[in-house]
Amino acid sequence: MVIAPTAPAERAAPLGIRLCGIHHGYRIGGVFTPVIGDVSLDIAPGEFVALLGPSGCGKSTLLRLVAGLEPPHAGQVLADGAPVTGPGPDRIVMFQDPTLYPWRTVRANVALSRDIAGRRDDAAVDAAIGMVGLKGFERAWPHQLSGGMAQRAALARALVNDPRLLILDEPLGKLDSLTRLTMQTELLRLWQKRGFTVIMVTHDVEEALLLATRVVTFRPRPAGVISDMSIDLPYPRHRDNPRLLALRREILVRLGHSEDW
Amino acid sequence: MSGAETTQAIGPAEAGRTHAPATPRRATRALRHIVLPWAAGPAWFVASLLTWRVPDADDFPDTNELAALFAGIGVALLAAAALRRLSARAPWMIALGLGLATWEVAQAKLLLLPRPFFGTPQDLLDVFLTDWKRLGDSLLHSLGLLAVGYTVGSTLGIATGVGLGRSRHFRYWVLPVVRLVGPLPPVALLPLAFVLFPSNWLASEALMALASGFPVTILTWSGVAAVDPAYYDVARTMGARNRFLVLRVALPAASPQIFVGLFMGLGMSFAMLVIAEMLGVKSGLGFYMQWAQGWAAYPDMYAALLVMSAMCTGLITILFRVRDRLLGWQKDGLKW
Ligand SMILES: Nc1ncnc2c1ncn2[C@@H]1O[C@H](COP(=O)(O)OP(=O)(O)O)[C@@H](O)[C@H]1O
Ligand SMILES: [Mg+2]
Repeated sequence: MVIAPTAPAERAAPLGIRLCGIHHGYRIGGVFTPVIGDVSLDIAPGEFVALLGPSGCGKSTLLRLVAGLEPPHAGQVLADGAPVTGPGPDRIVMFQDPTLYPWRTVRANVALSRDIAGRRDDAAVDAAIGMVGLKGFERAWPHQLSGGMAQRAALARALVNDPRLLILDEPLGKLDSLTRLTMQTELLRLWQKRGFTVIMVTHDVEEALLLATRVVTFRPRPAGVISDMSIDLPYPRHRDNPRLLALRREILVRLGHSEDW
Repeated sequence: MSGAETTQAIGPAEAGRTHAPATPRRATRALRHIVLPWAAGPAWFVASLLTWRVPDADDFPDTNELAALFAGIGVALLAAAALRRLSARAPWMIALGLGLATWEVAQAKLLLLPRPFFGTPQDLLDVFLTDWKRLGDSLLHSLGLLAVGYTVGSTLGIATGVGLGRSRHFRYWVLPVVRLVGPLPPVALLPLAFVLFPSNWLASEALMALASGFPVTILTWSGVAAVDPAYYDVARTMGARNRFLVLRVALPAASPQIFVGLFMGLGMSFAMLVIAEMLGVKSGLGFYMQWAQGWAAYPDMYAALLVMSAMCTGLITILFRVRDRLLGWQKDGLKW
């Protein structure tokens, strides 16, 4: 299935991201609470990086900084060497909550970025809707969708673009296991075909190992990098591959689970 | 599958229970869909006959015209029943016909209530037949006055509300003014306005704009302030600028609240309209009513009241129709 009818030659080059000594925090109940403490990462163009860590440890916050929605308290986010000063359509985010606009139909939600850019591309919108399996629901209102369908609509809204960097915050978290497998395959295929950079937060170690070229694990409060592993297994990967199982065990141990889990 | 088989399969006890309520339900259905629709027309014929045949207690105008009108409505209702377009409204139409018949008998035939405060149905009809031109004229004047003031007020209200909800700077300078002027009943400004503005018309329009603008401002503001910031984030990461964020994100997200404001503002401007017409602008339904009251012409006043009520409810119906079209995406909303 073709997602966008643009020729590969026109496609923008993937973005490289560099995080240098990032610190960030929030004022919660009048008290400043550090959320991210000294994170540095160098993400090469075209990499598929999975971020793992316990919930509440600051992964979503880190993604907001990369997207340019907030400036970090200290440190710098560089995109292809230039400081990030704000959000931009070359870095598309899929948020943890679907946040579909309730006053737009599913189709109009998926076509949001096209409306903002002021150009129609019906073929790309249709293809994205088809890819996430929402054909026939184009005219539905968001409140008529199940949680998983809403998340798939949000995924379609992100994929309809031609980003240089795709930022995904637990994109498949609300899906049932079968749909999840399909979406994982689609995501991988899209990344291989279009060659953008992907930064994906997930709480599923297996999913990280099946998809990513690199898995970074975080410790909580304030978030810092515990481990940073390259996963040099060929695609398609199988979940019962012994190398993958060993890596899975190792990561779980680093995240604080005992050996015999 | 036949009924006997069902009965056997379920057993006599259950069969009895399932069949028993069917009879009353069928009776209710027959009442609702056949008896009541066909009874509406005759109810009005009764009213017509009483009006026509029972002699009037005094020299009232238009008794025969009224009887003809009742009969005409009766025929129309029979036609509606034949076309099966009447079931929902039938009880109301019956009650209305019988109510008018009661009024007619009580006042025109028996003179049970003190006059002139209580008129007869034919007095009311006479006003419409003889004074329809002036009534229609007053209605148009009122509508014109209302349209300008309400449109200006709601447009300014939406703009101010968006400004209050989106810009700290705007809030700093404008909020104190809104707090100072908004809660004041606009009527309190009437004497001042008639002096300040070069014409009574302009003063009335300004006050009507103020009356409708305040609730629209406050509700638009609260709607815009309550917009989930994540909605803005989604659009911003796709490169949206402020214009898109206001027009295509903030306004639609706040539109349920804005419509509550528009509804309240419409009510406020109705009140302001009548007051302005009674005190300053020498035209319109409010002026007509005041004039009628001055001459103790109560039927004229009732007629003007009826027209005004039709105007107000008509305008609110239009507003709700627009709302239902624009807010079809909402899970549930009240129906007018
Ligand atoms: N806008 C905010 N205001 C205050 N605290 C916040 C805000 N966003 C996130 N936090 C806090 O930052 C911490 C990390 O949140 P988050 O990045 O969402 O975690 P994760 O995505 O890893 O589950 C949490 O403790 C949360 O309470
Ligand atoms: Mg999160």
